[in-house]
Amino acid sequence: MTAGRAPGTTVSPAAVATETAETGGPAGSGWRGLLVQPALVLAGLLAFVVWRSTAALSDTEQRQLGWSALGRSVVDHLQLTLVAAALVLAIGIPVGVLLTRGPFRRATPIVLGIANTGQAAPAIGLFVLLATWLGFGFRSAVVALVAYTVLPVLRNTMVGLQGVDPRLVEAGRGMGMSAVAVLRKVELPLAVPVILAGVRTALVLLVGTATLATFISGGGLGLLITTGINLSLNSLLISGAVLVALLALAIDWAGRVVEHVARPKGL
Amino acid sequence: MSEHTTERTPPAAGHDPAERRVSGVSIRLEGVTKRYSGQAEPAVDAVDLHIPAGQMVMFVGPSGCGKTTLLKMLNRLVEPTSGKIFLGDEDVTGQDADQLRRRIGYVIQAGGLFPHMTVATNVGLVPGMLKWDRKRIAARVDELLELVGLDPEVYRNRYPRELSGGQQQRVGVARALAADPPVLLMDEPFGAVDPITRQRLQDELLRIQEELGKTIVFVTHDFDEAVKLGDRIVVFDVGARVVQYDTPEAILADPAEEYVADFVGAGATLKQLTLTRVGDVELRTPQVARVGEDAADVVRRATAAGEQYVVVTDRRGRPVSWPSVAELSRTATVPATVDERLPVVGLRSTLNDALDTMLAASQGGVVVTGRDGVAGVMVVETVMSAIQRTRDEAHG
Repeated sequence: MTAGRAPGTTVSPAAVATETAETGGPAGSGWRGLLVQPALVLAGLLAFVVWRSTAALSDTEQRQLGWSALGRSVVDHLQLTLVAAALVLAIGIPVGVLLTRGPFRRATPIVLGIANTGQAAPAIGLFVLLATWLGFGFRSAVVALVAYTVLPVLRNTMVGLQGVDPRLVEAGRGMGMSAVAVLRKVELPLAVPVILAGVRTALVLLVGTATLATFISGGGLGLLITTGINLSLNSLLISGAVLVALLALAIDWAGRVVEHVARPKGL
Repeated sequence: MSEHTTERTPPAAGHDPAERRVSGVSIRLEGVTKRYSGQAEPAVDAVDLHIPAGQMVMFVGPSGCGKTTLLKMLNRLVEPTSGKIFLGDEDVTGQDADQLRRRIGYVIQAGGLFPHMTVATNVGLVPGMLKWDRKRIAARVDELLELVGLDPEVYRNRYPRELSGGQQQRVGVARALAADPPVLLMDEPFGAVDPITRQRLQDELLRIQEELGKTIVFVTHDFDEAVKLGDRIVVFDVGARVVQYDTPEAILADPAEEYVADFVGAGATLKQLTLTRVGDVELRTPQVARVGEDAADVVRRATAAGEQYVVVTDRRGRPVSWPSVAELSRTATVPATVDERLPVVGLRSTLNDALDTMLAASQGGVVVTGRDGVAGVMVVETVMSAIQRTRDEAHG
């Protein structure tokens, strides 16, 4: 068994790549892929901390890269991401469920059209437009993020539910389960892998897109990047980019762990 | 054929033989109609039908004739446009559909098991909805798995994916029977399994039905299956028009219309093979040996009886192999080898099944098992003479 594992760890990038398939890989190979990613994130984080502690920083750099300022940016960024994510879930999943129910099915093209527009519009344009309408700041940033990332959750919820064998739904109804009970006990559990894949996609999108919040005074790690560009300070620019990447990888990993644990047994 | 008629088929008045247990209720349809919007002809057109309690009634007909729609109206998966449905004396047409369905077992192809639930969870679903307590559900699940021939210790905690098609179907039947419903609806349940498995499942269903006496409505497109399983057969034409509703014997002997004759097929004389049960013909008594017995003893016994083959059974009396005397004489004790291809049928199997089983195993005979182990063996000559007899009857 250990002999079989050893080569697996060396081909990790390939393993990670196949794991990214929408519904996740087969259960067996899952954990191996799951171990590689946090190792990379930790290594990256360690490298950053070492560099940050040893580098000689100018006053301007210090203002942004000081531990407290840095912490502030990271917390802001996470806050944007998580608040938006909560809203995306609260909107995407129920609407997705609703659009697969009888009479609401007819509304599917319209709702998907709107969600598509949200994602197809350039993110920066969306941020600025919403800011001129709702005002600058955290709130507009969250709204823009939600509009931009609700699609994968919505679509995967629908695809996941539509993928459930209709005969199983009929078997459930046929034995006397109510429509709600069939949804809760049969359809949603079976759709979980697909829905969670959508949620993970949305989360990764959110972390990346939240860097744009800085343009409408929404805070976050984008501030480091824009300041870095404006003042031609590569240290700031690269720090911001590296931290966002690490955060995205970490969240992607967390999402995958959840997918792995929540995958219904017996499939 | 007269002896089968009296044995299996209730008289036309619908009285059951006294010894047969009945736990089902009758089903009565009055002018049941289903129209779909946008279609000129109704899918089901004013059907009147009475299904006596405790009988297994088969719905046959070409695909699209409305037989499945009619079945689904019985548990209101399809709402009738008009007409009335009675269970016993109770008009259930206006009843809450979910409550109604908990009193009607429903079996579909491949069992319709939920893949993310264990066998026990699947079977315990309806009792759970009826708010039985945990202990009672667990006991009921084990009881039902035993009934359908699955060892609860082995299968209780498995997921459907870990079962064969036939086993899934058994669990499907167990699940439908969980809350002891008086009525069972089966929608082409054995359509997706291989012929040998299908035959075993049919035998099991007959055995279960003999034990329980439910009212069963069974949709199939396989006329042989209908003849084998049905107390009565309803032959449908388009719009679920009832063309003939009678016992299998009567339909085979006297098809009501050209249409039924076509549907029954040119091989109607051969179909009589489906009416004759293995238990109805003379079986040969084989030499039987237990696994682990002294081989020399067995060989001596078989030679004395003039037998060339010996049926070997395991400790529970089930046949496991069928070696020749020559093979046995080469070993010290009777070997415990299980022959996976051993041809076995039950007493309730039809001659048709027996012939199929022989052909599938490339053997000239089958071992017949009854309630208490080996009941005998049947050889291909017996089937041949039965065919000859029906031919003679048909011509003379």
